[in-house]
Amino acid sequence: MAGRLATVGLRITHAIPVILGVVVVSFVLTRALPGDPAVYFAGAAADEESIAQIRTALGLDKPLPEQFLIYAKDVLTGDLGQSISTGQPVLQDLANRLPASLELTLTALLLSCSIAIPLGVLAATRPGSAVDHLCRVLVTAGVSLPTFFTGVVLIYVFYYLLGIAPAPLGRLDFIYLDPDHVTGFYLIDAALAGDLETWLGALKQLVLPATTLALFTLAPLARMTRAAMLGALSSDYIRTARAAGLTEDKVLFTYAFRNALLPVITTLGMVFSFTLGANVLVEKVFAWPGIGSYAVEALVVSDYAAVQGFVLAMALLFVALNLVIDLTYTLIDPRIGFETR
Amino acid sequence: MTNSGSTPLPAEQQDGAFAHMAYVLRSNPVTLLAFCMFAVLMIAAVLGPSLVPYDPLASNAALALDPPSLAHWFGTDSLGRDVFSRVIVATRLDLAISIAAVALSFLIGSVLGSIAGYWGGWLDSILNRLFDTIMAFPLFVLAMGIVAALGNTVENIVYATAVINIPFYARLVRAEVNIRRDAGFAQAAKLAGNADIRVLALHIFPNALPPMMVQVSLNLGWAILNAAGLSFIGLGVRPPTAEWGIMVAEGANFIVSGEWWLALFPGFALMFAVFTFNLLGDGLRDIVDPRQRS
Amino acid sequence: MTNETSRRGFLKGAGATVLGASVLPFLKVLPASAAGNDVVVAVTGQTINSLDLHRTGTNRPSYQVAVNVYDRLVSFGTKTLEDGSLSYDYSVIEPEVAESWEVSEDGMALIFKLRPDGKFQDGSPITAQDVKWSFDRAVSVGGFPTVQMKAGSLEKPEQFEVVDDLTFKINLLRKSKLTLPDLAVPVPMIINSKVALEHATADDPWAMEYLHKTPAGSGAFKVAVWKPGEQLVYERNDNWTSGPVPAVKRVVLREVPSPATRRALLERGDVNMSFNMPNKDAKELAGTEDITVATTPIENSIYCLCPNLAFEPFKDKKVRQAIAWSVPYEEVFKTAAYGRGAPMWGGPAASPADIAWPQKFPYATDLDKAKALLEEAGYASGFEVPLSIDLSQSDWMEPAALLIQENLAKVGITASVEKIPGANWRTASLVEKRLPLHLETFGGWLNYPCYYFFWAYQEGHLFNSSNYRNEEVEALTSETLHMPVDDPDYAPKIKRMIEIVWDEVPRIALWQPALNVGTRELDGYEYWFHRQLDVRGLKKV
Repeated sequence: MAGRLATVGLRITHAIPVILGVVVVSFVLTRALPGDPAVYFAGAAADEESIAQIRTALGLDKPLPEQFLIYAKDVLTGDLGQSISTGQPVLQDLANRLPASLELTLTALLLSCSIAIPLGVLAATRPGSAVDHLCRVLVTAGVSLPTFFTGVVLIYVFYYLLGIAPAPLGRLDFIYLDPDHVTGFYLIDAALAGDLETWLGALKQLVLPATTLALFTLAPLARMTRAAMLGALSSDYIRTARAAGLTEDKVLFTYAFRNALLPVITTLGMVFSFTLGANVLVEKVFAWPGIGSYAVEALVVSDYAAVQGFVLAMALLFVALNLVIDLTYTLIDPRIGFETR
Repeated sequence: MTNSGSTPLPAEQQDGAFAHMAYVLRSNPVTLLAFCMFAVLMIAAVLGPSLVPYDPLASNAALALDPPSLAHWFGTDSLGRDVFSRVIVATRLDLAISIAAVALSFLIGSVLGSIAGYWGGWLDSILNRLFDTIMAFPLFVLAMGIVAALGNTVENIVYATAVINIPFYARLVRAEVNIRRDAGFAQAAKLAGNADIRVLALHIFPNALPPMMVQVSLNLGWAILNAAGLSFIGLGVRPPTAEWGIMVAEGANFIVSGEWWLALFPGFALMFAVFTFNLLGDGLRDIVDPRQRS
Repeated sequence: MTNETSRRGFLKGAGATVLGASVLPFLKVLPASAAGNDVVVAVTGQTINSLDLHRTGTNRPSYQVAVNVYDRLVSFGTKTLEDGSLSYDYSVIEPEVAESWEVSEDGMALIFKLRPDGKFQDGSPITAQDVKWSFDRAVSVGGFPTVQMKAGSLEKPEQFEVVDDLTFKINLLRKSKLTLPDLAVPVPMIINSKVALEHATADDPWAMEYLHKTPAGSGAFKVAVWKPGEQLVYERNDNWTSGPVPAVKRVVLREVPSPATRRALLERGDVNMSFNMPNKDAKELAGTEDITVATTPIENSIYCLCPNLAFEPFKDKKVRQAIAWSVPYEEVFKTAAYGRGAPMWGGPAASPADIAWPQKFPYATDLDKAKALLEEAGYASGFEVPLSIDLSQSDWMEPAALLIQENLAKVGITASVEKIPGANWRTASLVEKRLPLHLETFGGWLNYPCYYFFWAYQEGHLFNSSNYRNEEVEALTSETLHMPVDDPDYAPKIKRMIEIVWDEVPRIALWQPALNVGTRELDGYEYWFHRQLDVRGLKKV
């Protein structure tokens, strides 16, 4: 266990330069954004003088290295600054919005996994068959659709034409009150509060955006499952297991699937981070108050603090995610250590 | 359980790569279909502009938002431009963007990945951290940031798409090079007096090509979607240039008011192209994956 | 972490006893249409980013909080327009917090008598000290509020004087027709200074941080919930003292960025109002059953094409005129505005008949004339120029630019459309004024032609993005700006100004834009010059 802790520690130290890199890149990127936030926030009818006042108030009149040092110092003390466009501290904005994005992404991935993994296994057991081809075509069609397009079409069909889906108004229709804040995940919070109606209301709002995202994430998961299963099935130990007369089910699920799980989990990690990015567009279509739509709006108005905070939060999330994946690895496959990295 | 895919006829086993390809194509009609679709795309990209019935940029306010008809197969948009012509003409630009972006990331990724994999050491560490840093960003958001910072032109969309894809290639090449740098054939080449660069470029790197081709094909689809996504939030190519992403993004606003053809046709074109590249990538994987050869 | 998600915080923040009862019905699942006769649900595409208009960075949609939650000394009247919709009435100034007012004998002071029963939302009385503190704040904090106050010649705290608890005096710097109307715009809102001062600090003497999240006003509505990026919920102030208590108890304003979704919500009856609809939706929904669309031309506002005089070809008046003759006005109005608004082209004569503003410019589409003018100017073979538009306004700017680009090509001018992101747009177009040819949208809050000229045609002023300067216009604008409209000199001077800028066309008028608001089972929507939602008059039908 101590050895494992040490490797975890090592893994975390590996992440430090990445985080430093992200801090620098996010600073440079925001400062490279066109436009002058001081002008933008001075509002209509502002004159030179009032723009200068705002520039001073925002600390933008200082030289860039000094601005960077101030920024780095603030980050170290956990102060991500104040978003000028929402008027809230960035940390608070992120804390409010991150659960929304995570809930959406995780629901989508759950949905996606529950379809993609069985499909992938099925395809791998019958490679070249009609089922294999059909699965491939379906899954590839899903990933080929731009998410914003799928989202709009789903809204049109299920909300506008059929009237089955609820209005695409974010996480909860206005007729419900938000559940008490515990985790920030509405489904969990409503369940904790025992409020079935709110739970159902939140679920209904989730269905369309989660489906949109799930369609998009089916392909990598199903493909990787198929490939990993094929690889596992053609390996020596499966041949041995079969030769030893184990039942096909036992071979498939106990030996092949367990070994195929490793690359699937890696892919899942990649897909997760990718989906958080792809969220940007889906959130925009469904008025989802997540972190992605926050970033887009901040970027468009050159809201430095918000963009930096967003990027930093994502990077930390990503590093944490990688850590989790690595740990999962060791649970599934004890042969894997961290020294190889 | 059937095992048809892994038990080919004996005759094909002896032949080389071409026979294997022919075999895969025959046993895998979907890949064959993908190649055909790719051919259609290429024809549209090369000949499209000279084939279309209308000028894709010519507006006609009197004909605005006409539904599909014999004269305008895909209808007209809010400025009265022919959607069919725009969809076809856009093929060239969309393919150009994605091919340029992927080629760029392929090139840079290969060089950086080879360096990291072959020489290792501190160079490897630095490059690895660099790739980690890029990957730590949500890729689409990073692309957005780059285009927003540099300005929305076709070149900048290409650069942004290339940057976010570099780590994938670099990692792939690094892994392949790393495994083989001490392999027997590499040692032999070195002992025969070849310089490191020569060994790397001519003996080791080619081994990384097959998996990279798969990556290229999948990335081409991604790159198109990426450009379309950038257009959707307004960071795409300049109007009035015809581009699928912009057309879908603009058309999306018209769907609810009943003008479905604006978004649907370019959406299908977009899907067709990405679909083709994805199927192609899948098929290529079958061709290059030795396990399929069994 | 105030005013945020938790129900507990929500109840605590807004007063549990008041809200307890009104929240209960919300726990039940109800379709929006059955949400009760005293609840209005509206959607908008924009985010309200602050509850304090005076704060740096407060965006335009947030001004409505100042309108609904705060009162001013005076307000404008209401009139019914030709199409039956309501509009504010610029010609009538009505009491709000002030009961009455008078001009001092020398004409250099305004004296306001406050309502003796005037109460803030916390029950404390509205006094002249509160008014002075609020006005001092508006002229001191800098940025937009200070600029807007200055437009009414309200420039420094010394001008504002507390005579007694209920008497407030403004000492004028000059006699100006703009002063009284400028007191009725959202900026000089009256803040509960006792509450604000409790939360002021040495670093923050104007309690910017506190008022940003917690309004302290006397207005007809309180803010019950505010989640930037999601929604704002207004709760009626049952003890409003500055006017009749509103008919609706609660207004839920949801932020929905996608215009297609907003349209679907209104069409399906899930919301009562869609504020600031796209022109196309307004046009198509106008005829539908159950939906009423109010399309009000925005006063003192023109969408313009601006050639920049700092750049070579546009220094020549003839080139600017040539461009004005080559714009396909009809098509632009039809496709970019879907015919919502008022045409601003095809005026009958080179001189205006009256001082109405905006009025039709004496240009129309005539490519031959354009070519002839270009030839005279020595640009027979044309030139190349970027045509810049704002990304965030591309809904109308893009189609307009594309059509203009097409026609310019016909007279030999190669224009390339360039989209500029929002943050950069203001810097490039208005502050640095470095866009050679671009679209521009200025509209003046105070409805006088001279006010428009002041901002849009005087050199160095913000909205003069064409870098235009004409000595006569400079002089005439300064002369007329504060002059009463009934002064016999006023009309001739204004006519002369209009005549000059028509001839020299630094701004080519495309059309007068309109504000579209779709309502369903709802009455009492009123158009305001500030183009923000005033929820005070709304009534469910």
